[in-house]
Amino acid sequence: MTAALKVDSDVLRVSDLRVELAGQVDVLADVSFSLAAGEIVGLVGESGSGKTTLATALLCHARQGARITGGRIAVAGQAVLELEGEALRLARGGLVGYVAQDPATALNPALRIGALLRETVLAHQPRLTTDALQQRINETLVDVGLPDDPAFLRRFPHQLSGGQQQRVMLALAFVLRPKLIVLDEPTTALDVTTQAHVLETLKGLCRGHGVAALYVTHDLAVVRDLVDRVMVMYAGRLVEVAGCETLFKAPAHPYTRALLAAIPDIARRQPLQAIGGHAPAPGQRPAGCAFAPRCARRRAECAVIEPSLLAFEGGQQVACLAPYREPLPLGEQGVEVAAAPSAEVLLEVQGLDVAYDRQVLFDVSLQVAQGECLALVGESGSGKTSLARAIAGLGENVQGQLRYGGEPLAFTARHRDARLRHQIQYVFQNPYRALNPRQTIAQTLSAPLAHFFSVRGDAARSRVEAVLARVSLPARVADLYPHSLSGGERQRVAIARALICEPRLLVCDEITSALDVSVQASILALLRRLQREGLTVLFVTHDLGVVRAIADRVLVLRQGRVVEEGSAEQVLGRPVDGYTRTLVAHSPSLSVG
Amino acid sequence: MTETRWLADPQVRRGAVITALVMLLALLGPWLAPHAPTAMVGPVYGPPTAGAPLGHDFLGHDLWSRLLSGGVSVLWMSVAAATLALVVGGSLGLLAGFSRRRLDQAISWAADVSLAFPDLILVLLIVSMLGRAPWLIVLTVAIAFTPGVVRLARGSAVAVAGQEFVEAAQMMGYSRWRILFSEILPNILTPLLVHFGNMLTWAVGMLSGLSFLGYGVAPPAADWGLMINENQAGLLVQPWAVLAPALLIAVFAYGTNILAEGIGRVSARIGEKQP
Repeated sequence: MTAALKVDSDVLRVSDLRVELAGQVDVLADVSFSLAAGEIVGLVGESGSGKTTLATALLCHARQGARITGGRIAVAGQAVLELEGEALRLARGGLVGYVAQDPATALNPALRIGALLRETVLAHQPRLTTDALQQRINETLVDVGLPDDPAFLRRFPHQLSGGQQQRVMLALAFVLRPKLIVLDEPTTALDVTTQAHVLETLKGLCRGHGVAALYVTHDLAVVRDLVDRVMVMYAGRLVEVAGCETLFKAPAHPYTRALLAAIPDIARRQPLQAIGGHAPAPGQRPAGCAFAPRCARRRAECAVIEPSLLAFEGGQQVACLAPYREPLPLGEQGVEVAAAPSAEVLLEVQGLDVAYDRQVLFDVSLQVAQGECLALVGESGSGKTSLARAIAGLGENVQGQLRYGGEPLAFTARHRDARLRHQIQYVFQNPYRALNPRQTIAQTLSAPLAHFFSVRGDAARSRVEAVLARVSLPARVADLYPHSLSGGERQRVAIARALICEPRLLVCDEITSALDVSVQASILALLRRLQREGLTVLFVTHDLGVVRAIADRVLVLRQGRVVEEGSAEQVLGRPVDGYTRTLVAHSPSLSVG
Repeated sequence: MTETRWLADPQVRRGAVITALVMLLALLGPWLAPHAPTAMVGPVYGPPTAGAPLGHDFLGHDLWSRLLSGGVSVLWMSVAAATLALVVGGSLGLLAGFSRRRLDQAISWAADVSLAFPDLILVLLIVSMLGRAPWLIVLTVAIAFTPGVVRLARGSAVAVAGQEFVEAAQMMGYSRWRILFSEILPNILTPLLVHFGNMLTWAVGMLSGLSFLGYGVAPPAADWGLMINENQAGLLVQPWAVLAPALLIAVFAYGTNILAEGIGRVSARIGEKQP
């Protein structure tokens, strides 16, 4: 039981880990890696790649229906998978800490912060004296950058901001002084500025206490400044492991390159390249390399031989038969310039105020020219969604003036005539709630056709198939229900529902925030294409990288007020306002600097 | 939503088979009965014999014949009452959940007030004042059940009405009826169907109780609830006269109950697959 067998600095050693679903379908196989004390390693992959399965397996947990069937996990010399009962309970949290994705749901809303911390410590060290307990809690709170006064300890989770909540989650993990900490996308729910601060704190904690950290994320850009090494996962296998510098400068696996090409970057305008096809679901892995069907460098032997993770020079490990050997080409790639927007103003907003319990928009004015893409940027609570909804006709308590094509525009869709209702379309943030689960895609898409244009029957069917083709979906999708589609496919259907109404103005509210980067890239490319075909787009987002990829002009909102407006080049390149500058500085970027 | 998916579940199948068997017995019973339900053919509280497998009741009717004929009333009345409550309560709840504001307040307030009345007392009150015509009994039982349906339908509709696909429909300018019945209704149908199964169970119990108390079906006619009432004096002499109808009511209630619960469980499982 002692750690004396191994005398090295590795805190975590995983070898040949295998997790299976019923019927010997593997979700995770042949996973081996190790983490040194104080090292932070990023685990990157798209949804369904098995990264969360790996993260929870380190706590000897497999989600319902899955089973850890093989391999060894040693944390500080202890074989975690052999622990049972009380020993396992103490190891979870005590030996391996865990920080969940969404602090708002992970913290018990009925317990005060102090009670949460005390309860956590006492569950592992019940004999701690009150003074020692209090001292431990206060030290930890200071470590994670939270106040340690009694007033703060008496607060409830809902009285804290999202960033503070995530710091409380960090405190809950670090207060037990674990050897290893597993973080599952801990900052996806946070604004960029808050995210940057939380990541800074995390880095300090790990370095200071010599804690190894596994940081799970789908976003390579986020881990750029945080981690020492990156492990890329695809279809339940590690496909590339490399030092941070190497991975971003000379990624060797085609999948890593494809991922990097799909990430929008605030620093350079580049055409985003989506990865064609789908990642295989567990049980549907092709023979040979799982990435081969989507790979541009595919060779005949890729379909036969499953490559194993082999070491390169410099500690880089790659599982590929035809890896890239040369570094990533630098420099700007040419971007096709969108058709110059005409001077004709399509939409004009003047002095718009929105107030619910409190005022969320103050005297906002903007203009959208025919054929351009205007990005509305702001952090949560900036009022960007309220503005978009007011324009789309879903607003409540709106005051001010809207003009569309030179004529006044009513605030509610009910008071607009049919022509305006079909010319202004809105795409919702969450593709999972935007489609009626009880209607087939064909029913969803043909309803507006009958409503606006009185097109029914075979004519409607052919229009539905045409619009599906326009958003790059096969015609067979028409007869499916939404639950058999992936998130990206649903969002395409939602866009198709807007397109079938023949809109002139498309309002998109954070439409890619629920999607994987590669899917996001394909949706953005689609919007770009539609814009070239003459569509005017109002794109609401918090992600400046996305703005760079798609927008002609940018409008920055802060707490309901417009703080900066200008061309994308100008606002992102040479921001004038202080707030915009902070936003730009804190946005994760792939480029050095 | 498809029935085939529901029938794949063993519990749903079991419930459906039990319910169907009792219904079949009640519906075909009158034709299968060897004697008329009101024909006095044997001794009072006569024990089971070869000609009368269950014996005779307090007036010497053939118990088997009465049992076969006595199911129709209780079944059609419970199905009618539950259906009426479902349609009326469902529509009101749907309207309240979607419209919010004043109409919602009015409907919810009315439902809450009538919920405060105990069901059976309400039904007894109306029936004892207005008489015991079958249609009136059905109506009062339905009235007693409606507030519960309203609450359920409203709650489910509120949750669905907040979803983006309903907003999208509003933005397109679809009519209110269209949004109510083609966007929202299909999404709240499952909890309503489960509730329908439960109401069927309650209605059978309530109708039998009414008959037992003497406010249900009028005496010469055969009715399971009434039979329990009529024959209670002879419970020790001829237990079948009470036990047989009670058993059938219990089996029917059990069948509808596990059917409803099974449907609820299956649809919850289907729902899980949707993130």
